[in-house]
Amino acid sequence: MTGKRIALVAGLWLASGVLPAFAQKQGGVLTMYHRDSPASASIHEEATYSNNVAFMAIFNNLVMFKQDVPQNSVDSIVPDLATSWAWSADNTKLTFKLRDGVTWHDGKPFTSADVKCTFDMLMGKSTNKFRKNPRKSWYDNVVDVTTNGDGEATFNLKRPQPALISLLASGYTPIYPCHASAADMRTKPIGTGPFKFVEFKINESIKLVRNPTYWKKGLPYLDGIDFTIIPNRSTAILAFIAGKFDMTFPTEVTVQLMKDIKGQAPQAVCKFESSNVNTNLIVNRDAPPFDNLSIRRAMAMAIDRKSFISILFEGQADEGGALLPPPAGIWGLPQEQLQTIPGYGPDVKKNRDEARKLMEAVGYSADKRLKVKVSARNIPVYRDPAVILIDQLKEIYIDGELDVVETANWFSKVARKDYMIGLNLTGNAVDDPDQAFYENFACGSERNYTNYCNKDLEKDFDVQSQETDLAKRRALAWAIDKKLQEDVARPVIFYSRYGSCWQSHVKGVTVMVNSSYNGYRYEDVWLDK
Amino acid sequence: MLSYLIRRLGLMVLTLFGISIIIFTLLRVVPGNIVDVLFDAAGFVDPADKLKIEQDLGLDKSIPVQYATWIGGLLRGDLGYSYVSEKPALAEILPRIPITARLAALALLFAVSLGVPLGVISAVRQDTKLDYTLRVFSLAGLSLPAFWLGLLILMAAVALFGSIPIYSAAPKTWFDSLVMYAVPAAAVGLRSSALIMRLTRSSMLEVLRQDYIRTARSKGASDRTVNYGHALQNAMLPIVTVIGVEAAFLIGGLIVTETVFNIPGVARFLVEAIRWRDYPIVQNLVMFIAVIVVLSNFIVDLLYAVLDPRIKLAD
Repeated sequence: MTGKRIALVAGLWLASGVLPAFAQKQGGVLTMYHRDSPASASIHEEATYSNNVAFMAIFNNLVMFKQDVPQNSVDSIVPDLATSWAWSADNTKLTFKLRDGVTWHDGKPFTSADVKCTFDMLMGKSTNKFRKNPRKSWYDNVVDVTTNGDGEATFNLKRPQPALISLLASGYTPIYPCHASAADMRTKPIGTGPFKFVEFKINESIKLVRNPTYWKKGLPYLDGIDFTIIPNRSTAILAFIAGKFDMTFPTEVTVQLMKDIKGQAPQAVCKFESSNVNTNLIVNRDAPPFDNLSIRRAMAMAIDRKSFISILFEGQADEGGALLPPPAGIWGLPQEQLQTIPGYGPDVKKNRDEARKLMEAVGYSADKRLKVKVSARNIPVYRDPAVILIDQLKEIYIDGELDVVETANWFSKVARKDYMIGLNLTGNAVDDPDQAFYENFACGSERNYTNYCNKDLEKDFDVQSQETDLAKRRALAWAIDKKLQEDVARPVIFYSRYGSCWQSHVKGVTVMVNSSYNGYRYEDVWLDK
Repeated sequence: MLSYLIRRLGLMVLTLFGISIIIFTLLRVVPGNIVDVLFDAAGFVDPADKLKIEQDLGLDKSIPVQYATWIGGLLRGDLGYSYVSEKPALAEILPRIPITARLAALALLFAVSLGVPLGVISAVRQDTKLDYTLRVFSLAGLSLPAFWLGLLILMAAVALFGSIPIYSAAPKTWFDSLVMYAVPAAAVGLRSSALIMRLTRSSMLEVLRQDYIRTARSKGASDRTVNYGHALQNAMLPIVTVIGVEAAFLIGGLIVTETVFNIPGVARFLVEAIRWRDYPIVQNLVMFIAVIVVLSNFIVDLLYAVLDPRIKLAD
């Protein structure tokens, strides 16, 4: 073989992507600060990505969103504990072939019984009960999970629901072992994943160590992951700048702090991405005078979204409807459609003129102003936009008074509709209409804080949910989203974006752009030290 | 003396009993309980689940029954279980005490070793440039908020040395421990040292004007003997009182310092436990802090008699 041929073969070999597999280095412990002390180590029992960031790497799902693809979609779902999956002809059965030879961290074999146990618990059918089960409603359409031998599990559905596969791919849907109690999973979780749980010291640290018998040969690259819990953001960022940590807590760095990091640690790699969390206006539509649609609509039209985004994010946030807008989101209304919805148009003065007319029609004016309390959870991400909202509502004869509510009382207060106007945050773990629509806008849903109820529209929820054609489903979702905004169901003010940073020697990190809940397996992350 | 001790111990028990009722009642008066907080952390979930957790934790029982259960357990040495970690409260509290104790001890050492000598110097050199400088220094020390000073120290450390003196793992040797706690101890001790310095100065000035000091000088005693042997010893009573108060404060009041320097001590843990409404942790930690306060007061009272033989404890 001549030198040129050798060079050509080597070039092709490099181009084929084989090289990176050899370039990755084994070893080292990834250090990261954690923003708070998770309530427990059980992902199924919690509803914050504080849990996923720290504990997702202990587990596997049946399927998962490919960890190096930033945008979660059906196309990026790859096998995990399942080797393959198939829908029945009528799309009411989803069957998974399971991986053979997988063991739990305690050495016991993984079988289809574990899959059944996990979903029986999630559906409330098991004697082994979760203390809390915040995503029980995700499986409302699942009749049961049946097994066929150790290597096959089938989800039997009431009706077709193509979104189920996306829900199963979420970081919120790990498979738990049958042989561990719910209580054990809160304090010393056992998984099949790339890292084993070592310890969780409340308010102090979380330690994971490499699973040497991980079923993906050669993975993970890291020897372990150490999280130091630092609730004080200034201290945490300074510690990252000083090089004490390899990574910041993901999607937590504000645009202002990002500037600090780039100024003082220019070698750091930072990404500023959407987290699929929207800040929205909630209005108690059952309490006078807000039972009047004109007032609710006027409030929605008074919102100057660009001001919020400019003040809080220096322009780096997005306007959208109930679903995350493109390009980060897959299902959200495109800008040209969004602009046609009352209140979304760029002419704020015109919008507010119309809003004032609506208020005047129901008897309010500069001399007769409406006094309200604007409730907000007592943390900055709620409080800061609430202050801006109060300022903007003054434009339409509404004098708001900030009513800060302690975290312990926030959900119970809004759930029992003990508020007039509120400033709320809604996070979506999976970028899919099913999760957003049923959870936040279905009649009687626990998280439907505004009590919006439109039975006709709910039928449309079901229609889109069953639609298997992606383009048709998207069109249906857009129509529903548009109707929700026009009905002032829960006006979305903005979708925030936050930063994640890591030192330049950390490789293989992918920040997901349409969910903050699904990208923390860390099996592909390595340290180039 | 014995009757005094018995009486004081009886008062201490009564005080602790009163504190136990106050903390227990206050915790129940504050809106929201652990179940509300757990539900908040998980979003809103099934009310039936909520009721079940309340039953599991005994929160559905009447307040007097809950109080009796707690006090009964306390007397048996059973502090109950943390609702959050689901571990025995004692196992959660105990490891944090040495951390705070070390920090507090070092801070107190810093405060006393800086505050007392500087206070003496300031008094002896009254109305000199040095006195004015020290008084400005002490005022600044009292005025600087601990969180601000802490953050300034951290920023300076990062900018100048490229490292940050925060707690990230338990120190293995006493030297590691000293290095780790030195900076936060200095940050928190600065305020205490300023307070002690000002008090030492005023107390010394009062004593230095006494007749027996003049007598000592007229007998040819050296400045050192007069200042430290006679004046300081007699000026110590208020200083010891303040040191006692500071010692008690440092055990339970270091929330800001522990937060800024990320030290997993008692105060930060207590605040987190309050946030979670983790009653067993809050109740027992507050009682622990109360015991420290009461004990330090008791020790200070005993020291009075040691420092000033004219004080008869039995009286």
